Amino acid sequence: MTRYMLSVHSVADDAREPMTAEEMQHSWQDIQKLEAEMQATGAWVFSGRLHEPETATVVRVAQGEILTTDGPFVEAREHLGGFYIINAEDLDAALALAAKVTRVIRTPIEVRPFADFADEPKR
Amino acid sequence: MADVDEAAIGRIFRDNSGRSVAALIRVFGDIDVAEDAVQEAFAVALSKWPRDGLPPNPGGWITTTARKRAIDRLRRASRERELLGQVASSSTMNDEPDSVEESGPVHDDRLRLIFTCCHPALSREAQVALTLRLLGGLSTEEVARSFLVAEPTMAQRVVRAKHKIKAARIPYRVPADHELPGRLRAVLSVVYLIYNAGLNSPSERGLCAEAIRLGRLLATLMPDEPEVAGLLALVLLTEARRASRIAADGSLVVLGEQDRSRWDRALIDEGQRIVRWCLRRNQPGPYQLQAAINAVHADAATIEDTDWPQIVALYDQLLQVAPTPVVALNRAVAIGEVSGPAAALALVDELDLSNYFPFHATRADLLRRLGRTREASAAYARAAALAPTDAERDFLRHGGRGHRS
Repeated sequence: MTRYMLSVHSVADDAREPMTAEEMQHSWQDIQKLEAEMQATGAWVFSGRLHEPETATVVRVAQGEILTTDGPFVEAREHLGGFYIINAEDLDAALALAAKVTRVIRTPIEVRPFADFADEPKR
Repeated sequence: MADVDEAAIGRIFRDNSGRSVAALIRVFGDIDVAEDAVQEAFAVALSKWPRDGLPPNPGGWITTTARKRAIDRLRRASRERELLGQVASSSTMNDEPDSVEESGPVHDDRLRLIFTCCHPALSREAQVALTLRLLGGLSTEEVARSFLVAEPTMAQRVVRAKHKIKAARIPYRVPADHELPGRLRAVLSVVYLIYNAGLNSPSERGLCAEAIRLGRLLATLMPDEPEVAGLLALVLLTEARRASRIAADGSLVVLGEQDRSRWDRALIDEGQRIVRWCLRRNQPGPYQLQAAINAVHADAATIEDTDWPQIVALYDQLLQVAPTPVVALNRAVAIGEVSGPAAALALVDELDLSNYFPFHATRADLLRRLGRTREASAAYARAAALAPTDAERDFLRHGGRGHRS
């Protein structure tokens, strides 16, 4: 088993038509179904949706002092909108799940392996 | 006994290393372990074979020796227990410890390996580099030279790709039926890209041979896939004409002016036989149709004898399955032979291909045939400025004429 993060990348001021209330309802139901399926198969570890990047705060050390600033770390049109953490047999299995999610939410998903997890003893 | 010198041993290893590396990756689950082990077996062969002569089955000897070396090395390594544990669990299907050599077309390790090398999660450059290195037995230096890339750049590309395979756990298996068409397309385009890299760079004709070898391997391992057969037929029929494509002075010879007596009849016969098999299967795809077009050309004793209406019909079909402007351009050329240059030019001028040198070369040729000399010269100049190889540039600067080969 390898652990992967599926990060959902949203694009600011996306030119697409916003979803109608009905489409949102459908999409939400589909997501619920998909997450239930992931939990049933044991793939799901954790998932979450994030508020928009304007709500972010950055903390860093500057000249030995903690410096707190407003805003996302990287100003970009694309930002992390949410993520899934899953366990999958291999990349193909992870990509297949990512494909199901992106079909529902219509936003690109980046699939990345966690470091070291593969080295843990198998259960 | 024939001389067993270093060059001969090198050739034997190159012919067999793909099979050995593939088998050892399955056993050890690690590309680097497999490659290092085959390299060590090579060193052993260099000292043993010239003295003792060739073993009865050199390919089997390489795999067995490499496997023993890898196990010795893993025993010595600090991660011994863990890795050997993985070996034990990954080779449960394989009780006989020496049966590393797997048989049966469906489970050939090389087939697994080529699907790993050509996984869509890897860049096309990485797919090509890994395929040539792991299946073709080319060194990183040879791969780098073939693609005009600095060796450190190529080495880094290979290292990154191998790291990604390991870290992201790109699987080592033949895709399931429902994934196969898409995954197979990637494999076929890597092989075709390797062939064309050799075709367009006369100093690297080894790449053509390598692509044909891979094409034959795929056709043996996947005998029921018409597009695999189509790709093999396409490269064989193209290869049959390769020698006549370049003149003694290195310039390009167009199809209409090639010395057809220099075409390789054995390759043409083989390619045409495969094309006929594809026609009977009647599941046309882009490679089969391109092969069929080449088969029609190969049938004509002279350019005038070419069955152009048949070629137009095949391009019509090809345009349906592969609706690209390049296909549309080649179809227009064929239409020019049936309906005249004016009809072809009208089609060509609708295409958006201004950075593709054959587009300008084709326009130049059609304009010349229509007597529009000044426009033709301008188009030749534009084509020459864009042409990638010296042979093509020279040809175009001399106001090339006839058909593209």
